Amino acid sequence: MTEQTSSAGSRRRSGPWSLLAGHPIGIIGAAVMIVVVAAAILAPLLGTSDPIALNPVNRLKHPSELFWLGTDMYGRDVWSRVVYGARVSLTVGVSAAALSVVFGLLIGMVAGYVRWLDGIVMRVMDGLMAIPGILLAIALVSLSGASIVTVIIAITIPEIPRVVRLVRSVVLSVREEPYVEAAISVATPVTKILRKHILPNTIPPLIVQATYVCASAMLTESFLSFLGAGTPPEVPSWGNMMAEGRLFFPLAPWIVLFPGVALALTILAVNVLGDALRDKLDPKLARRI
Amino acid sequence: MTGGAPMTGPTNGPMTERRTVLDVRGLTVRLPDGADRRHAVEDVSLTVGAGEIVCIVGESGSGKSVTAFTVMGLLPKQQLRPVAGQILFEGADLLTKSAAELRAMRGERLSMIFQEPMTALNPVMTVGDQIGEVLDIHTSLDRGEREQRVLEIMDLVRLPDPKAMLNAYPHQLSGGQRQRIMIACALVLDPALLIADEPTTALDVTTQAQILKLIKEMQERRGTGVLFITHDFGVVADIADRVVVMQRGRVVESGTADEILRRPSHPYTQMLIGSVPSLHPPARAPLHHAPVALETRGLGKTYGGGGFFRKDRTVKAATDVNLVVRKGETLGIVGESGSGKSTVARCVVRLIDPTEGEIYLHDAEVAKLSASLLRKHRKRVQIVFQDPYRSLNPRQTVAESIIEGPMNFGVSRADALAKARELMTLVGLEPDAVDRYPHQFSGGQRQRICIARALAMEPDVLIADEAVSALDVSVQAQVLELLDDVRKRFNLAVLFITHDLRVAAQICDRIMVMHKGKVVEEGSTAEVFANPREDYTKALFDAAPGRGYEFGGVRAAE
Amino acid sequence: MWMFIGRRAVATIPVMLVVAFVVFMILRLSPGDPATVIAGDYASPADIARIRAQLGLDQPVALQFVSWIGRLVQGDLGISIFSNLPVTTLIGQRLEPTLMLSLTTVVFSVLVAVPLGAVAAWKSGTWIDRTVMVVAVLGFSVPVFVLGYFLVYGFSLELKWLPVQGYKSPADGIGLFFRHIALPAGALSAFYIALVARITRASVLEVLEEDYIRTARAKGQVESKVLLVHALRNASVPIVTVIGLGIAALIGGVVITESVFNIPGLGRLVVDAILKRDYPIIQGLILFFSFLYILLNLLIDIVYTVLDPRIRY
Repeated sequence: MTEQTSSAGSRRRSGPWSLLAGHPIGIIGAAVMIVVVAAAILAPLLGTSDPIALNPVNRLKHPSELFWLGTDMYGRDVWSRVVYGARVSLTVGVSAAALSVVFGLLIGMVAGYVRWLDGIVMRVMDGLMAIPGILLAIALVSLSGASIVTVIIAITIPEIPRVVRLVRSVVLSVREEPYVEAAISVATPVTKILRKHILPNTIPPLIVQATYVCASAMLTESFLSFLGAGTPPEVPSWGNMMAEGRLFFPLAPWIVLFPGVALALTILAVNVLGDALRDKLDPKLARRI
Repeated sequence: MTGGAPMTGPTNGPMTERRTVLDVRGLTVRLPDGADRRHAVEDVSLTVGAGEIVCIVGESGSGKSVTAFTVMGLLPKQQLRPVAGQILFEGADLLTKSAAELRAMRGERLSMIFQEPMTALNPVMTVGDQIGEVLDIHTSLDRGEREQRVLEIMDLVRLPDPKAMLNAYPHQLSGGQRQRIMIACALVLDPALLIADEPTTALDVTTQAQILKLIKEMQERRGTGVLFITHDFGVVADIADRVVVMQRGRVVESGTADEILRRPSHPYTQMLIGSVPSLHPPARAPLHHAPVALETRGLGKTYGGGGFFRKDRTVKAATDVNLVVRKGETLGIVGESGSGKSTVARCVVRLIDPTEGEIYLHDAEVAKLSASLLRKHRKRVQIVFQDPYRSLNPRQTVAESIIEGPMNFGVSRADALAKARELMTLVGLEPDAVDRYPHQFSGGQRQRICIARALAMEPDVLIADEAVSALDVSVQAQVLELLDDVRKRFNLAVLFITHDLRVAAQICDRIMVMHKGKVVEEGSTAEVFANPREDYTKALFDAAPGRGYEFGGVRAAE
Repeated sequence: MWMFIGRRAVATIPVMLVVAFVVFMILRLSPGDPATVIAGDYASPADIARIRAQLGLDQPVALQFVSWIGRLVQGDLGISIFSNLPVTTLIGQRLEPTLMLSLTTVVFSVLVAVPLGAVAAWKSGTWIDRTVMVVAVLGFSVPVFVLGYFLVYGFSLELKWLPVQGYKSPADGIGLFFRHIALPAGALSAFYIALVARITRASVLEVLEEDYIRTARAKGQVESKVLLVHALRNASVPIVTVIGLGIAALIGGVVITESVFNIPGLGRLVVDAILKRDYPIIQGLILFFSFLYILLNLLIDIVYTVLDPRIRY
């Protein structure tokens, strides 16, 4: 239709919960995430024992009333390890998301607004994107020594270029908006224009992107552990559990199965939550991907 | 009954005995729940005879496009639903037909052309294939015959060198040529009814005149009935046989073009026609002695160049522009798209950096000043943009937008807010409305807010870059009045950029005509309108729609 | 046209330089003496000195970089510390399985994902659309090795239809090749299908809103042709872009999948090199994969000009 309709009411201010209203799958995703986060925080209270202590007497026990999800080849309780594993995955996922958003936002704003830097910054980002993220992470971890911090840094670096590209594209399109030009013509300083007029536009897509980075970081962490280049083997991460348990898969499938399900379910929940937020916060991006 | 409609050739009889092609009776289309009104269109009745052009005219939200799309069966089904009435096309009710039956008629018996020729054609398909597609759908011609028919119709719509153009892609053609392709698609199968939805609104005035002429000519030759949707009374005056005026989904008045344009009976129609600016400029006293507020000398902007591997393709958006605007005076820059008029405006505000020439604000030369030195001059020149929906930051209140500038220059927040409320009253809005967000205002109100924002800086020069072009004609008249009012009140120098000759005639003391980046003619408005010297200016004025009618001038100047 | 290809090719040079620089710096920036790290815990000082000399670590860093780039340009990726074979030779030996696995995955994924995404967009809002989207999110969320194990468990161990692991070249018989490649390619495809199906749905949805779709309907075109002739072709540029960008993620997946299915490809080469800290191989393979990615995306840039006449060259 050619008629313009008044866009009244298109932008309502509302609390975070109403974001998911009318999005049942998103609500399920959020609920699963709340359960996972709660489990990670309350781990000692959930009938768990020490997830690291070896207990060779109880090796490879089937799931039972005593060991809800069975025990592994060193006699460690799988339930306890799965619950504590949530701490590792969430730490990695959330840290990677936060770090990549912070750095991506800074670099993307600069690239989008300072024209002469744009070319250089974007070539560097193109270069980083060209290096397969997992290989880069493997190389970083295997050389710097395995620790959670190294793993987080190694996972974050390959994620940054995508955030930079996203922020830059928002900045480039918003800076052409007449309201930004109006701010320029009333002599608003560049830093204030970036902060007041441009930054707010990057937030909704960044929230969505952060959920995707979080999911992808948890996935990469499990890949690294699986290849033996992730968190130190004694850390009860889901990836480590599966990597160690894979040799015993035919004998004791629960060692691999339960952390696998926990990992897939958590990543699924984060992804679904991200999709729901995208539909609400950023319908334009919803179209793009 | 696909294709089984009674085939009747074009009527050659006297115009009074027209066969009715389209007869819409009591059409009502329901809007989804939660819309601002219940029905998009309500109880609309109209007829179109063979060989007749009927214009539906109305402002945004009048339901004119919905009516057209309902006839075509192209409404978005989930949102808009016809709930009452009949659409009799050649005697049969279209509303009772199945989707497949309607599809078989679309393109063959009834066809449509749209507003945006830039986007209405498939960008990755050659234009020849896009015309041929209609033949593929509705006929079983072989390749040779198909190409023959395509070439014939391309020739008929006056496309130059159809053989060469056959394999062109839309982006290789001009806007006018694309609209000709659309018309070719619509008319290749000789439909009984052509629906034209604002087909010339996106085109330049000279192209518009050619397309209107083409539609009229094709329609006369083939006896096609045309339902023509427009908001422009100039266009109505040029092509309509009969006119239907719509307002908020209802038909308020209908009659022959002459009746409606010369003797409108409904107050709404009278108001609309009264709002159309006259092409005859009112008398204005020249302002030779007022001090100069803005002057440019040899101003130019060249795009492109640079880059090692790119071909040295440069575009001269503007060259050698010399203009003078005195305090209290309005200088208009008139031109079509690509004439460079907006480039000049943006250079003067220094939103883009000019590549040549000088810009003087009083005595200060600002063309090459660095950002920090430019700062103190920023407040002297303010601009109002075209698009009221994008000119205000949607995330902040109107107050924040208005006080931003003064606060940049050290005014306290309290003082700036008090000033903002004052300015809101001045531009005709409630002072308390400063705490609202932009989406709570209409387009015209937002434009008033933008004027208030500009005035908050207490500028010497106000630039209006197509500032009223996106507004409905009645709102346009009010905003024009406001602009002229603030010019007088603050003794502002106004640089008024527009493509609309009628608007320019009413508001400008002097005008400059730009074409392809150059100033081709300038002088007092009265002088240029009465005696255009250059060929281009003459052609431009000749193309202005509705020259034959004298619409009520909105503004009786001093 | 050739000008365009030349220009695009030249534009990849800075990107390749960035890649080379990053890969070069990984080794130099890591804490501790790289030679000691590479040599491992039980190395003698002589071993460490030998490795240091072999990697040129006893020279100034800038000089190391320049001479390293010089060798790269000549196609020299260095020499493996353990096998003493040139890295290029090792890559050559292991290239085929990886190439066949990636190719099978991409072809299979695109053939499945594009129709799936297009139909989801066409029927947007219906249960078909929702099902496709849920499957796509699943594909994003299940780690490839988890899926791999499930497939092995079902198709190999339980049903005994397909071999558990290993690789056979098409030269050994096309049937044998497909029997061996089916599970790894299937596991690897999940992610890629999800990626391509999502972008296909998104871009077809966007195109379906365009004015020229309305024009096609106004001509009386049937819906299936509106989708195939008008929508899909116009949606192809973002789809092809994502297929190209997805290759980086695909390479990561290949490394994992080859480990799960014991395929003697480049992925196994890199994993073995990590365990042995055979740094020249790691470095060489990262470079190889990155340059492959850059070249493929250059190819895609050229494909754009075929898909969309508006993209000028």
